[in-house]
Amino acid sequence: MLAFILRRIFQAAVVLVAVASIAGLLFPYVGDPIGCLLGQDARPDQIRELRGALGLDRPFYVQFWHFLSNAVQGEFGLSLRQGAKVSRLIGERLPATLELSFVAAILALGAGIPMGVYAALRRGSFLSQLFMTLSLLGVSLPVFLIGILLILVFSVTLGWFPSFGRGQTVDLGWWTSGLLTRDGWHHIVLPALTLAIFQLTLILRLVRSEMLEVLRTDYIKFARARGLTNRAVHFGHALKNTLVPVITITGVQVGSIIAFAVITETVFQWPGMGLMFIQAVSYADIPVMSAYLVLVALFFVIISLVVDLLYYLVDPRLRMQRGGGGHGR
Amino acid sequence: MKPLLELRHIRIELPTRRGTLLAVDDVSFTIGEGEVLGVVGESGAGKSITAAAIIGLLEPPLRLAGGEILLDGARIDNLPPDAFRRIRGKQIGAIFQDPLTSLNPLYTIGRQLVETIRTHLPLGDKAATARAVELLQEVGIPGAAERFNAYPHQFSGGMRQRVVIALALAANPRLIVADEPTTALDVSTQAQIIALLKRLCRDHGTAVMLVTHDMGVIAETADRVAVMYAGRVAEIGPVRQVVKHPQHPYTVGLMGSIPSIGDTLERLPQIDGAMPRLGSIPPGCAFNPRCPKVMERCRVDRPDLLKAHATEAACWLHASISPGEAARG
Repeated sequence: MLAFILRRIFQAAVVLVAVASIAGLLFPYVGDPIGCLLGQDARPDQIRELRGALGLDRPFYVQFWHFLSNAVQGEFGLSLRQGAKVSRLIGERLPATLELSFVAAILALGAGIPMGVYAALRRGSFLSQLFMTLSLLGVSLPVFLIGILLILVFSVTLGWFPSFGRGQTVDLGWWTSGLLTRDGWHHIVLPALTLAIFQLTLILRLVRSEMLEVLRTDYIKFARARGLTNRAVHFGHALKNTLVPVITITGVQVGSIIAFAVITETVFQWPGMGLMFIQAVSYADIPVMSAYLVLVALFFVIISLVVDLLYYLVDPRLRMQRGGGGHGR
Repeated sequence: MKPLLELRHIRIELPTRRGTLLAVDDVSFTIGEGEVLGVVGESGAGKSITAAAIIGLLEPPLRLAGGEILLDGARIDNLPPDAFRRIRGKQIGAIFQDPLTSLNPLYTIGRQLVETIRTHLPLGDKAATARAVELLQEVGIPGAAERFNAYPHQFSGGMRQRVVIALALAANPRLIVADEPTTALDVSTQAQIIALLKRLCRDHGTAVMLVTHDMGVIAETADRVAVMYAGRVAEIGPVRQVVKHPQHPYTVGLMGSIPSIGDTLERLPQIDGAMPRLGSIPPGCAFNPRCPKVMERCRVDRPDLLKAHATEAACWLHASISPGEAARG
């Protein structure tokens, strides 16, 4: 088990270095930050001076090496636009994105799994048909449209929820939380819902089809033949067997919730990393962009490690292979 | 002997787009207390479906369209689902064909046993565990106490079928419906499992409905045998009589096609043609197109079970009344 975790951590490190390298290699192609910083009427000597100060006049491979060796230490330099340390900027923005993603993920799982189970067990009932129809909408509508529609209905027309920002936050020193105030919760509803809907419908449909699959298996038939109650058969035996694929997809989806909060954050002006990234792109703020990419890669790597560990928790067949063989994967 | 289980004129329908097919048509038989009834026939003859109907687990769209199933003289086929569930496992146990897929892969065999025992018997966790270990010993799992916490995939096919038998016997049912319990096992294991099943049922006084297409197994195990053909019982009687002196031409053909060591035949005798598909069962006796002794009447009138020496056969050869009378009646 320990060997497995160590190996996965080593793999994770390789992935991160690879992502950092790709991010670094992209630099010369994303645009020239000087033009954005100094404006159109800058004098040539100003441009030369700034170029030198930022180290952009050095050969590409030197810049790349410099970036990579710093990135490995978790140091991404100064934001070109804001002049602040990238790590500080991310520290400010990260809580907003993580809180949003967390609430969205809980919403997607908490509603998606029970709805999927229901749709499988009561196949053909009115409510199941309704779920399936709505889920089709959820899967096919683009996120920004859902966000705008929600704003139109719940902010503009009904006036129930605010349409932008994080509301009142509490500073815990290392973390600013919007989840500790009423106002914060009020603000998170619409963006979290927007972010959750696609994942929710995906999980709903996945759980339903997996559940239907499992309900057809011999061991479910045999469980019924043993006279177990429906509850034991459905929730004790069937649900647990649907979990492995659900965990896989959910893991990937939670990763995408964090990575692709960009759109939702833009629609709702949510002060998170996604919004920061979009702004960085428009200013060719290379250090911020590369730090964001590496951070997202880090999340994916962590999540996939957690997913792998959950497999072992759920499925004894995998546990035994590890315990018995000790190697191989 | 008062019958433990009685089937009266069972009809099982399969609704399809092109009309309703009769999968089982007017099947009646009884199983006495502690008796082993073998049910043989080709694939599609309706044996497994009849077995599924007895444990109340017909898979939709199959449905019980007529007839009665009585356990101890009381109808069970019209019980509400939860009442029928209480009978499954407690009064009627079941064993399915494939031991590899009959057990839930995610739970230990001990858990599955305890769960079954506690569903039907008023035992605490400790007592149920003790009983489970006892059952495992009884079905011949070596080191039962240690293997209690093992998962299904840690057992071989034969061992798993032993676990399945333990599960079927968990609440000491009075009847076990075994649907091809040895088909998926290799030959040497088959014999062990059949011997085990026979011994356990004799010790516990459990009646067995043994569905198989292996005449050898039937000859060795059953007290009586029912031969099914195209959804009906072709012949039923004491096993010795049916094997030695079959009365229905189909049974004669079936017995003739079993090779025996002393045979000097070049070719095994076989029955020409194939069993008709559900949609195209001919009028009259379903066997008439293949029957070597077919008569005019067989193409028109459908024979019911008639007394034929020591057995009963659904064949006009054994009609004591003249063809003309029957046609008018």
